[in-house]
Amino acid sequence: MAKALAGTDVARRINETFSGVALESNKTDVWVAPDDLHRAAKFLHDDKELDCAMLLAITAVDYVERFELVYHLRSMRKNHTVVIKTRLSGREEPAISSVTDIWQGADLQEREVWDLMGIRFEGHPNMKRVLLWEGFPGHPLRRDFVR
Amino acid sequence: MFRLRVTFDGEVVLDVEPVFGYLHRGTEKLAEERTYVQVVTLTDRLDYVSAMTNNLAYVRAVEKLAGIEVPERAKYLRVISSELQRIASHLIATGFLLQELGAFATPLMYCFRERERILELFEMLCGARITVSYMRPGGVLQDAPEDFWPALDELVKAMPQYIEELEGLITSNEIVLARTKDVGVLTAEKAINASVTGPMLRATGVQWDLRKADPHEVYDRVEFDVPIGAIGDTYDRYLVRVQEMRQSLRIIEQCVKQIPKGDIRSRTAYFIRPPVGDAYGAVESPKGELGFYLVSDGGIAPYRCKIRSPSFINLTVLRDLLAGWKMADLIIIFGSTDIVLGEVDR
Repeated sequence: MAKALAGTDVARRINETFSGVALESNKTDVWVAPDDLHRAAKFLHDDKELDCAMLLAITAVDYVERFELVYHLRSMRKNHTVVIKTRLSGREEPAISSVTDIWQGADLQEREVWDLMGIRFEGHPNMKRVLLWEGFPGHPLRRDFVR
Repeated sequence: MFRLRVTFDGEVVLDVEPVFGYLHRGTEKLAEERTYVQVVTLTDRLDYVSAMTNNLAYVRAVEKLAGIEVPERAKYLRVISSELQRIASHLIATGFLLQELGAFATPLMYCFRERERILELFEMLCGARITVSYMRPGGVLQDAPEDFWPALDELVKAMPQYIEELEGLITSNEIVLARTKDVGVLTAEKAINASVTGPMLRATGVQWDLRKADPHEVYDRVEFDVPIGAIGDTYDRYLVRVQEMRQSLRIIEQCVKQIPKGDIRSRTAYFIRPPVGDAYGAVESPKGELGFYLVSDGGIAPYRCKIRSPSFINLTVLRDLLAGWKMADLIIIFGSTDIVLGEVDR
């Protein structure tokens, strides 16, 4: 049976190495600051215990007053999952560092988030729209999108 | 529906750039304006050759979010229909692989003929063949009719012989071997790092199947093997799919023996209002890990419905698979990835 690691445990492990990076945690999730996300992701990927070799999914959720990015990670060797989240403020064109250098699997997913939600990933090798065409006005998955 | 912009040096592929989105209907956005039950119909139209597993992944996410229990009989019906769907989907994958190899139309029609029998069973179950919408949060639409069981029995008995036949045509066919062996090799490290799942991952030799790793419904009560490939080439991807069809039949046989009598749907509110929060539910669909990430604000419609579609994410490795191969190999390697555009574009 796959186990969902408790957010509090993961937060403790992150903070043992990078103190103060994990801001908040609950039973399932860990929150990090957008600037620390890349550091935390690299740690989760490299750490022997956490061993998050696969990036399952990147989701952006628009809560109007902020965006939340959700990273679902999985260790196949240990058969567990980890969820880390980060909150982005600003509606114009929020940006965060890309994790494509850690997981190649982020490539298309980050482009999708940019395309539909309008969050830019810095350091992505090919930050272009993926489902819609270049020049499409706006980002349709945002709550305030009107066509 | 899918465009591949390829740069060649003579006959050798240098670079590819997939261009897609022609079938983008905004499913995730549409889901935000529909009730939890209505969204089931949208999921049929994602991977349209595998609607049952789409349904299952979605209702599992809803059940996790809202804490809905599922009756035993419904769980078995779900597994039976999902495994039938897996066979149907793999038949299409195999048929089109042959088509792309140049075995024009005839072998494809053999596959379609057998798939047709499965679709007839679906018609008995729910009245629809492709867009089934058979599952509901809390169970399934309706119980299987009386004449479903003998028909299923007949299919399960006839199928192994048909798979034999199909394998007889392909597995040791000299042309198939020459064109698919050692072609389009994907390594296990690459596959894991690029989030590749499903038969594409298992062909690289990684024994990973959500039905084993995180058994949902009744997969922990049936015996089956997870076939893996040796080196992750086009041939292995084909072989894994054919072997999976046999395992699916094994699962169905055991389910038919074990299925109890009883309810097929637990009572839920007409408008399901899950508590505020989020949940990720996933199943092993024929293409890989299909997951739904739902966010609830306490209302009757999902606040956010993210679809983790395996076809889309498996495309990440397309460039690595194709670069360096000849033009003639390109189409076969691409065919062996078994993508469905409804799911890629959503």
